Amino acid sequence: MLKLILLRAVLGIASIWVISLLVFAITDILPGDTATAILGQEATEESRAALRDRLGLDRPAYIRYADWLANMVQGDFGVSFATDTPVAQTVSLRVANSLRLAIVAAILAVPISLALGLLSAAFPGSPFDKALTVGSLLVVSMPEFVVGLLLVLLLAVSFKLLPAVTTSLDTSSLAGTLRGLALPALTLLAAVQAHMIRMTRAAVLDVMRKPFIEMAQLKGASRGRIVLRHALPNAVGPIVNVVALNLGYLVSGVVVVEVVFSYPGLGLLMVQSVATRDMPVIQITAMIFCTTYVLLTLLADTLALLSNPRLRDAA
Amino acid sequence: MTMLAQTERGARSIRRLPDLTTLGILGLLLLAVNALLAVFGSAIAPHSAAELIGGGAFGPPSDAAPWGTDYLGRDLLSRVLHGAKYSIGIAAAATLLGFLAGISIGFAAAEIRGRFDVVMIWICDIFLSFPSILLALLVIAGFGTSLPVLILTIAFIQLPRVIRLSRAVAMGISTLEFVEVARARGESLPSILGREILPNSLRPLAVEFGLRMSFAVLFISSLSFLGLGIQPPEADWGGMVRENLSGIYYGALAAIIPALLIGLLVLGINLTVDWLSGEVPKAESQDLR
Amino acid sequence: MTFLDIRNLVVEGRTPAGEWLPTVHGVDLSVAAGEVVALIGESGAGKSTVALAAMGYARPGTRFRQGQVRLAGQEMLTLPPSSRRRIRGAQMAYVAQSAQASLNPAMTIGEQIHEPFAIHRIMPEGGVRQRVAQLLTRLDLPSAAAFTRRYPHQLSGGQQQRVMMAMALTCSPSLLILDEPTTALDATTQIEVLKALKAALADNRGAAIYVSHDLAVVAQVADRIVVLRNGRIVEQGITADIVDAPRELYTQQLVEAFRPRAPAKPAGSIDNGAAALLEVEDASSTYVRDRLFRKPDKTQNVLNDITFDLRPREALAIVGESGSGKSTLARVIAGLQPINGGRVRFRGNSLAGRSRDRSREALRAIQIVLQSPDLSLNPGQRIQQAIGRPLQFFFGMSNAEIPARVAELLAMVGLPADYAGRFPSELSGGQRQRVSIARAFAARPDIVICDEILSALDALVARQVLDLMRKLRAEHDVAYLFVSHDIATVATFADRVMVLYAGRICEIGPPAEVFQPPHHPYTALLLSSVPVLRLNWLKETVASNAPRPTQGRAWNGVGCPFHARCGLAVRGQCDAAPPPIRQVTKDHAIHCHRSIAELSAVGSSSCVA
Repeated sequence: MLKLILLRAVLGIASIWVISLLVFAITDILPGDTATAILGQEATEESRAALRDRLGLDRPAYIRYADWLANMVQGDFGVSFATDTPVAQTVSLRVANSLRLAIVAAILAVPISLALGLLSAAFPGSPFDKALTVGSLLVVSMPEFVVGLLLVLLLAVSFKLLPAVTTSLDTSSLAGTLRGLALPALTLLAAVQAHMIRMTRAAVLDVMRKPFIEMAQLKGASRGRIVLRHALPNAVGPIVNVVALNLGYLVSGVVVVEVVFSYPGLGLLMVQSVATRDMPVIQITAMIFCTTYVLLTLLADTLALLSNPRLRDAA
Repeated sequence: MTMLAQTERGARSIRRLPDLTTLGILGLLLLAVNALLAVFGSAIAPHSAAELIGGGAFGPPSDAAPWGTDYLGRDLLSRVLHGAKYSIGIAAAATLLGFLAGISIGFAAAEIRGRFDVVMIWICDIFLSFPSILLALLVIAGFGTSLPVLILTIAFIQLPRVIRLSRAVAMGISTLEFVEVARARGESLPSILGREILPNSLRPLAVEFGLRMSFAVLFISSLSFLGLGIQPPEADWGGMVRENLSGIYYGALAAIIPALLIGLLVLGINLTVDWLSGEVPKAESQDLR
Repeated sequence: MTFLDIRNLVVEGRTPAGEWLPTVHGVDLSVAAGEVVALIGESGAGKSTVALAAMGYARPGTRFRQGQVRLAGQEMLTLPPSSRRRIRGAQMAYVAQSAQASLNPAMTIGEQIHEPFAIHRIMPEGGVRQRVAQLLTRLDLPSAAAFTRRYPHQLSGGQQQRVMMAMALTCSPSLLILDEPTTALDATTQIEVLKALKAALADNRGAAIYVSHDLAVVAQVADRIVVLRNGRIVEQGITADIVDAPRELYTQQLVEAFRPRAPAKPAGSIDNGAAALLEVEDASSTYVRDRLFRKPDKTQNVLNDITFDLRPREALAIVGESGSGKSTLARVIAGLQPINGGRVRFRGNSLAGRSRDRSREALRAIQIVLQSPDLSLNPGQRIQQAIGRPLQFFFGMSNAEIPARVAELLAMVGLPADYAGRFPSELSGGQRQRVSIARAFAARPDIVICDEILSALDALVARQVLDLMRKLRAEHDVAYLFVSHDIATVATFADRVMVLYAGRICEIGPPAEVFQPPHHPYTALLLSSVPVLRLNWLKETVASNAPRPTQGRAWNGVGCPFHARCGLAVRGQCDAAPPPIRQVTKDHAIHCHRSIAELSAVGSSSCVA
């Protein structure tokens, strides 16, 4: 058991390492001359050479990678090409904003969609189930920015309840924070929720087709007992995976949603940096997103392992 | 013996298409319309994509511009018709590419097994632990954005999932007895994959193709919305939402129409997939008495 | 007094095309209080459907069309669901075929046995614990608290089945529905479960409906037998009458199919002096899971040091229970499973481990027919393609030549020529198995490996397929490797029988000799466990035998694999060294530490056939 979890952890660390290789390769080696990228095409050959010398760009790639990785681990993320300020400073503010957004969305999305998914699976084919199925299918069919747009149209333009954009988050008061977070969080919620409901429902229904469910019916168990005592414990593994997958999906969703609302988070920062090819910022934002994602997956795997008696005594 | 009856039904349903449902028909219709738009959209568009037709920005519907004009005063309908080929074409090309490569690798891994299989799965798992939008952002940061880069990137993002799925499907079939008999006969790898496994995995693969395709449409639209996909003056539907975003506050339709079209396209794909995968067959929807 | 009364029951099933067609056509059935009634018939007879109707339950995809089901005066079909729930599990309970699938994998068995109490609350909590312990003891299960904290996957198949019975008996139901409760078990396990079941039924004093396809098993437990066919009752009567004096033709055929036949005498056509067709020498095989850096583990071998030969035109039966390695051996010879040690030779030439690496000639000469008629034909290919492929592959036949030859082959297995245009789904199970046989014979093989080809078929159909195999062997110069769990059936047909246990040979020899002492203690156990269609077989067998432990300690990989279950085991010998091979006659060898004289003296009482 512990062995299996440790194995997952090692695999997770290996993934993060491979990701760092990939990030470095794409952002540092591929684009060509970094000095030109920083100073622009107009710079003289001398100034470029001087910069190369200062940044150690003449050294072989693997040494630069080792250096970069060492700095990264120590929290030194370099200096932004675009603003010439230390990246760490900008990033820490943005991380906090993105986390606020993601956590609010997650806290709302997980319990609501699990409950709805379970209800829908307990009464398959009922009008409630059908409505939910069609509704979630509609939402799944729209990109996050379209969902965001429709919410803006409804809540900001038509009813003027909420601000259409949140260019800076007013964290001095709770009301201000919530007002700024409301639309982005609702959009994320809608996007993730539809997936989670569909997948929870499918996971539970899959278990509901098993012979031991028929057995429980023939023991005289009530519908509630069948769903909660018999089906649910067997669906925990898949459901935990669903939740993790969608929390991971929040990571991607955050990028688009932040752009829709000009929300000052990590995702917006990364998109802007990609447009300006601000490599140090891209590197660290990519690493933060990927590490979060890998950790979430690891957590889900561990929970799924713990929930399955068969796997529990496998090792 | 009921166990037997069940496997029998399973074996039969491998190839049978489910009965058409209302939603299934709707999905297929939406798909057909979108396919026509992608192929003939540019040809039937009244104006070119870049032509300014007068009437100003976010103009209301008129004879010259039946759906009004966009933020630069171009005909919205024409731009929508021109954009269809990008929104649908890129997604289709990328998914097709990812599928051809993914199925070949996945099937081979399932049949060859051993180290090839183990290594393939490792590589897939590592790439799956990479949020797809980030991979795309990184690639675009490194290579810049262009049509080939977009198609290849999306195809590559699809690859690990297609490999895993087609491998799982093939593994399920490759232990069935008729495949064992072919293997014992000494049939070659291509013959086993092509004659025995592929024809019996078409339905799950079609379902997955639909899911991947809808992912690709959403994905390319999102990239364009972020300003990293198709570059102006050309625009796919996602890009059109981006450029006309400010019109929303004036109540203009310019951003809403392409947004809804993306939704309809993906809805069409998803409805078809639901029909194909036979979600909630009537027999299963019995109540728990 | 009638306890359950079913009148004119019509049940419909939904076809894949969505139509509702009747599967049970007006069945009348009554069960008196305390009576055990068996429903017997082939697959599709509607036995389970009728039995479940007694609980007012229709499986997904089926529905009640008309009829009445009165249980102790209550009409089950029109009862509101909540009242029906109060009866289910309390007054009536269900035991399913596969305990593995029907026990909840995420609940401890203690919770599951306890659950009917939790639902129906018919007993104070103090009495419950006592009742559970009593039930476990009655069903020969450990009653210790540690046992009830286990999960289903930690139990053996026989234990799982008995746990499910305990679960059904918790509330002392007045009616027990047993749906093929021992069908999925090995013979030596089945007899244990049957014994426990019979005791539990007597203890419970309630009525029972016992659904089974196996007349020999049913004859041991039922007071009355109802024969069903295609959703109609063919005949019913008390057990002795049905077994000894069946009136309807169908019942007579069914009874005949379960009558024991004498072991075959060695056929004269086998030339003992001829060079062996196939030689297997010290073959060992392991299931290796694909890992990057792991070497196969020798103690997990599925096959160990198997040595035997197959002569031209010989039928050699390979017999064993699940886990004996019999199918693995078939797969090794067919080139589907790699071999870790030893070799397989065909006509003196060593065969490559994987079929892909073998010569075209060796591939042609060895053909395999597999177990499941549902899965052994590609559902997307017409019969013509299925049988035509080996013709094209081995003989390069053109598309013009193939149809005529396919028609010949179909005729050979007793199918009309126009079946060539059909898909497998349009054929019955027995017909599909005939097509598989025709496909194997299309290659004009020297050896046909038959891996459990009868086990998925109904008794009557199985007999016909066995007769076909017998006929084909007489017509073609072909040798059979006949893998089966059913020692009684293969003995009627094979020239030699090889008994496997835990991947090793126990005994090999002509059936007439293997069936008589001296034989291996495991062979004796296996033979005495095969149900015989005779009224008091179970009672006599259980009485005549010394304790029969089903669950031995795990084998240490060193001595005789059977020693932990063996009544004749000698400590310090059987668990320490592999058994020597004792040659009884030229063709009959026993792998045992005991001498032939000792085996002759002990084994004589357990002989059945």
